[in-house]
Amino acid sequence: MTTAPVQARKQPGKGSRREPLLWGMLGIGTLLALFEIIPRFGLINSRYVPPLSDVLAALGGQLTDAGFWTALGSTILGWLLGLAIASVLGVVGGVVVASIPLVNRMLSSTIEFLRPIPSVALVPIAALLFGTTMQATLLLVVFASFWQVLVQVMYGVRDIDRVALDTARTYRLGTFWTVRRVVWPSIMPYVVIGIRLAAAVALILEITGELVIGSPGIGKLIVIAQSSVATSTMYALVLVAALLGVLVNVGTRHIEHRVLFWHASVRSEGA
Amino acid sequence: MKTGKLSAWLFVTLAVPAVILALWTLLAELTESLYWPSPLAIARVFPKAWLDGRMTEDVLPSLVRLALGYLCALAIGIAVGLVVGSVRRLRLAVEPVFEFFRAIPPPVLVPIMMLIAGIGDGMKISVIAFGCVWPILINTVEGVRGIDGVQIDTARSYSLRRRQRLLNVTIPSAAPKIFVGARQSLAIGLIMMVISEMFAASNGLGYNIVQFQRLFQLKEMWSGIILLGIIGVAANAIFKLVEKRCLRWYLGMQSQER
Amino acid sequence: MQHVEKHPILSVESLRKVYGAGAGAVEAIGNLDFTVARNELICIVGPSGAGKTTFLRCLSGLLAPTSGQVVLEGKKVEGPPEGMAVVLQEYSRSLYPWMTVYDNVELPLKAKGLPAGERRTAVTEALGAVGLSSSTKAYPWQLSGGMQQRVAIARAIAYRPKILVMDEPFAAVDAQTRAELEDLVRDLWQRLGVTVLFVTHDIDESVYLGQRVLVLSSAPTFIMEEVRIGLPDERDQLSTRALPEFARLRTQVYELIQQAKLVTYRTERPVAGEAVSHSV
Repeated sequence: MTTAPVQARKQPGKGSRREPLLWGMLGIGTLLALFEIIPRFGLINSRYVPPLSDVLAALGGQLTDAGFWTALGSTILGWLLGLAIASVLGVVGGVVVASIPLVNRMLSSTIEFLRPIPSVALVPIAALLFGTTMQATLLLVVFASFWQVLVQVMYGVRDIDRVALDTARTYRLGTFWTVRRVVWPSIMPYVVIGIRLAAAVALILEITGELVIGSPGIGKLIVIAQSSVATSTMYALVLVAALLGVLVNVGTRHIEHRVLFWHASVRSEGA
Repeated sequence: MKTGKLSAWLFVTLAVPAVILALWTLLAELTESLYWPSPLAIARVFPKAWLDGRMTEDVLPSLVRLALGYLCALAIGIAVGLVVGSVRRLRLAVEPVFEFFRAIPPPVLVPIMMLIAGIGDGMKISVIAFGCVWPILINTVEGVRGIDGVQIDTARSYSLRRRQRLLNVTIPSAAPKIFVGARQSLAIGLIMMVISEMFAASNGLGYNIVQFQRLFQLKEMWSGIILLGIIGVAANAIFKLVEKRCLRWYLGMQSQER
Repeated sequence: MQHVEKHPILSVESLRKVYGAGAGAVEAIGNLDFTVARNELICIVGPSGAGKTTFLRCLSGLLAPTSGQVVLEGKKVEGPPEGMAVVLQEYSRSLYPWMTVYDNVELPLKAKGLPAGERRTAVTEALGAVGLSSSTKAYPWQLSGGMQQRVAIARAIAYRPKILVMDEPFAAVDAQTRAELEDLVRDLWQRLGVTVLFVTHDIDESVYLGQRVLVLSSAPTFIMEEVRIGLPDERDQLSTRALPEFARLRTQVYELIQQAKLVTYRTERPVAGEAVSHSV
């Protein structure tokens, strides 16, 4: 504590801020180089892992293909729609369940049982009910991501300040305003965290549904490429799925940061 | 008094599941729907569908593959995470790489691994391990990195040796984070177990569920889905038990802060 | 002005620490020079921002000084020395929350390679000495702040150090606990015959505890003055603090600290310049 000002100035300015970026680029660069070199020189059979340049060429071919863009659109649409439905259901369900103690206690066993059920267990049912349509995969996405939101929201409701609620009651705020002004602001951070977790899960299940059930999307194209031994194309499509995943992770984390920038500071002040 | 409390607890816990089951049975019996057989009908086919050989020939191999893949992921993820987390430059270099691999939706690994490793047990185990390793790895790195400086200084000032520091300071301190990763990975592992079998297999739980569906044996299919659900719940319960034992100090500390 | 012992257990020689280099360099320690005699209880007190933490990290071998050296029992300190135990202010962070009180105290002894039997005796004795015999199986976070700091002290004395270094150990506990712990330190020091170097920002505490008080300047740190504490060896929270001599000494130290603050405000030094003469 006593030397805090000294130590704070200890960090040299610009050099250290650029350093992580440089090392990170080195890491990614090495990965890309290995991806090219290892198959190119036959250390791994290029029938199994084609060199990066071939994959990028195949990716270029895909980018000019209308079918690819339709599939990408289906994947994104299915993911977004499933996430949105799960979020709404999760938030409403979480608030209702957690704020009524009796309901909470009566449903907790059911929730504890249903939540760990692997969502892929629903694959056959979804396929039976909806065939190879988008809805089949949507069912999986909603089921899997719903729990993520629900559980976080329930934590959030449990964390609401009792005093704030009592205050709302003494001023006879009414249900609507209590929810709007007291419940919502305090569960907001949890909602955002829940949706961030759900977004990643939703993408996994979206791709899973496309792969296994055959709903339209990138996953289906991957299966087609695999069965027609178009290895480079398959890798290109996997790369697209991966980039989609990176985008979802980075994007949701960014949004969480922007929405919750006040949250950590408010908390540390309170503690 | 005590029995009163117990029965009240039983009522609260079982009321909703009982109502759901009753409604399901009632609706199924009334509509005689093919798609939604009644729980009774499912229970009736369950022994024949699973206990007659499939338990050892399908379910057990599935579980063994899951366990092997998951344990591999744990061992590799924690070991690599401990090293990467304690060497700053290495961490800076490989973290983006790890983030990239983590972002790959794990199911797409199945077609790739089929290409490389065929459709045998090796493929399935490596798919499970590859899908599970990233959350464990990334969380271990984060856990090691987040160790309190005072805790490290204390270890240094008492001249703890490398092995002692690893076992008594680094690993316990990172353990809560490692468990967060391991929990995420368990869900992924279950998904990967089923998908790898749905895709390409001649045995296993996932394979059988899909077979039942294709043969339109819907009661059997439902019994498989329920079995899978039970396995998920059981895996989760075991995980929680282990977590409770290993992180007793952490959970106790948290409940005190509240 | 320097207090020179015939056989100092610890000597700090022209210690200087500069963070960074070039234009952004910050001089934390200007020049520190002093010795500690065997079995002495010495207090070091300084205004906040006096670089006490930096100094202690250099002393305990956690940080390499820019120049000068620390010598413990004739050996230059180049890493954490074996004959030293450190008690930090942040007891809740220096104790390992995943270990019981007993295990926390035992861990450094394992590192030392003591056989199990000796470890058990040492841990039990140390915990007994700080009055914690009944809490051996508890986790640190189940104890109050004062008790946690007792565990940290027990861990330090079980280690059988030649010198016990305490870094503002009681800054985070309440006043009553603090008084108890101060008496505990005096008591342990007298009973165990260990050398104690006690760093604090509390003037009363330094006078009450020490045989000698070193007053530090603000950063870049040097020693402003050395004050001999001529209070009787048997000290008592009530009667000792009521002595006229106590009042005189605390006033003296207080004035030195005030002076220390002024000195830095007045000194405009070239950042990476020569060490300024440290006589006042």
